[in-house]
Amino acid sequence: MSEILVLAAHDGESVKKVTLELLTLARRFGEPAAVWLGSGADAARERLAEYGAAKVYVAGGDDMTDYVAAPAAEVLAALVAQASPAAVLVPSTAEGKEVAGRLAVKIGSGVLTDAVDLAPADGGAPVAEQSIFGGAIIVKSKVSKGIPIVAVRPNAVPPEAAPAAAALEPVTVELSDAAKGARITDRVTAERSERPELTEASIVVSGGRGVGNAENFALIEGLADRLGAAVGASRAATDAGWYPHQFQVGQTGKTVSPQLYLAVGISGAIQHRAGMQTSKTIMVINKDPEAPIFELADFGVVGDLFKVVPQLTEEITRRQGS
Amino acid sequence: MNIVVCVKQVPDTWAERTLRPEDSRLDRASVDGVINELDEYAIEEGLRLAEAHGGEVTILTMGPEKASESIRKALSMGADKAVHLVDDALEGSDALATSLALATVLQRTGFDLVILGSESTDARTGLLAAMLAERLGCPQLSLASKVEVDGGAVTIHRQADYGYDKVEATLPAVISVVEKINEPRYPSFKGIMAAKKKPVEVLSIADAGIDPAQVGLGAAATEVVSFSKRPPREAGTIVKDEGDGGVKAADFLAAQKFI
Repeated sequence: MSEILVLAAHDGESVKKVTLELLTLARRFGEPAAVWLGSGADAARERLAEYGAAKVYVAGGDDMTDYVAAPAAEVLAALVAQASPAAVLVPSTAEGKEVAGRLAVKIGSGVLTDAVDLAPADGGAPVAEQSIFGGAIIVKSKVSKGIPIVAVRPNAVPPEAAPAAAALEPVTVELSDAAKGARITDRVTAERSERPELTEASIVVSGGRGVGNAENFALIEGLADRLGAAVGASRAATDAGWYPHQFQVGQTGKTVSPQLYLAVGISGAIQHRAGMQTSKTIMVINKDPEAPIFELADFGVVGDLFKVVPQLTEEITRRQGS
Repeated sequence: MNIVVCVKQVPDTWAERTLRPEDSRLDRASVDGVINELDEYAIEEGLRLAEAHGGEVTILTMGPEKASESIRKALSMGADKAVHLVDDALEGSDALATSLALATVLQRTGFDLVILGSESTDARTGLLAAMLAERLGCPQLSLASKVEVDGGAVTIHRQADYGYDKVEATLPAVISVVEKINEPRYPSFKGIMAAKKKPVEVLSIADAGIDPAQVGLGAAATEVVSFSKRPPREAGTIVKDEGDGGVKAADFLAAQKFI
């Protein structure tokens, strides 16, 4: 059976959930082999085994994580030459797409991004489902040249366990000077937060214009923390400076695809919908019954968020306590 | 400093966009074209860097004749000149082919910095900057929310969930920006008048030395198998808050097993 390379996303210790999702998808096409850059593979091995990685290629060393994206592309290109995989899967995050873009040029392959599902066509090649133009149109695409590279959005599928060997296999790749061009000199933590990453989170609670000011975002955060959710914001809220820009959901910000998206005080312009329309379940709280966001709602409450959100937060607390 | 800003003309996102049934391609004719929004931030950053460090800002656009509207707007914001790569043979180019065409032109024009928006609002692949960097053998400084140039070195703040990473490189480099980076200026009347006299070099692929076999729909490395309009979501349950809206919302979350 052919190998499917899966670029592991991790923080140096634990593997991110999207990696387990990619391993789950990879099994539809062949035998998943995780590709791990930097340290931490030993600790993560058990989890990768649980979710079906037959192999874990490990390119260790600080070199691999001190530079942005280019080292991963070089390691993947070397593995493509060595293992002739049937496909390469990466997370469809900014960093994952940067790796995919470089890899595509290196190996002359087509690349598909933002896949929300991936299924084998006749002949077994991956066909990706994508959602375009603010979610209005669903497209199925395939790679017609080279070894398919597919960037898959977090939360595309629930991770399914399927124990495999996860045999560690060290790979030695001498990075070129070109791969060492963009060096990370410092990581500056502005937000100390225990919340999940926005693009990875299973639940996202977002606030918009209706929240009114920065202080009121505490309401959104309180609800999010009750649900173990990430916090997002509409462009109106980030432009007004009420919430940091990196949490903007929408066309010029992040695209999320969680199990549950809770839009609070957000009207739902197409530019916002472009960032959240593939969410599995959508809940809306807004005082304007005409707000277009209600068209997407599986459940909506027409009401004052300053009354509904505290009551919801309290009710969840009460139910979780019992 | 020789700064090139890549600008794409895209359909206005406020309009309804659709694919043509005959070839599964974006119906550009029916929609007004505008500068890709994130590219306006790239233009602004290019202008600010040129103002601070000296040098010229060149706009590079690949696209049909109509894209000259976006070039004029970029020039009226203050860019010095433009290169417009326009050729019927480019139609249908995917990200790989587009990056090849643009890289070929950039190698001719030369550059210290290439600046782009981090993605376009039409295709939204976010691949182009990385592909350009790879083809040009340059570092890519991505997700830039701040750019500082000091002699031959460039440092950016790369946006992250937890804050930002400081990333440094030496010139020449490719930078892709996020909208937090600045506030794009509006063209002034004087700028609009001046733009009419600024040089726009129009290149065909033959002029640029691009192999026609490597670009266009025929060279595409990806293909659309099928497309359909998203079926309308099943109408959800909408309740009016009668003092128990939060409780009802919690009931829904419990029924869906979120709590």
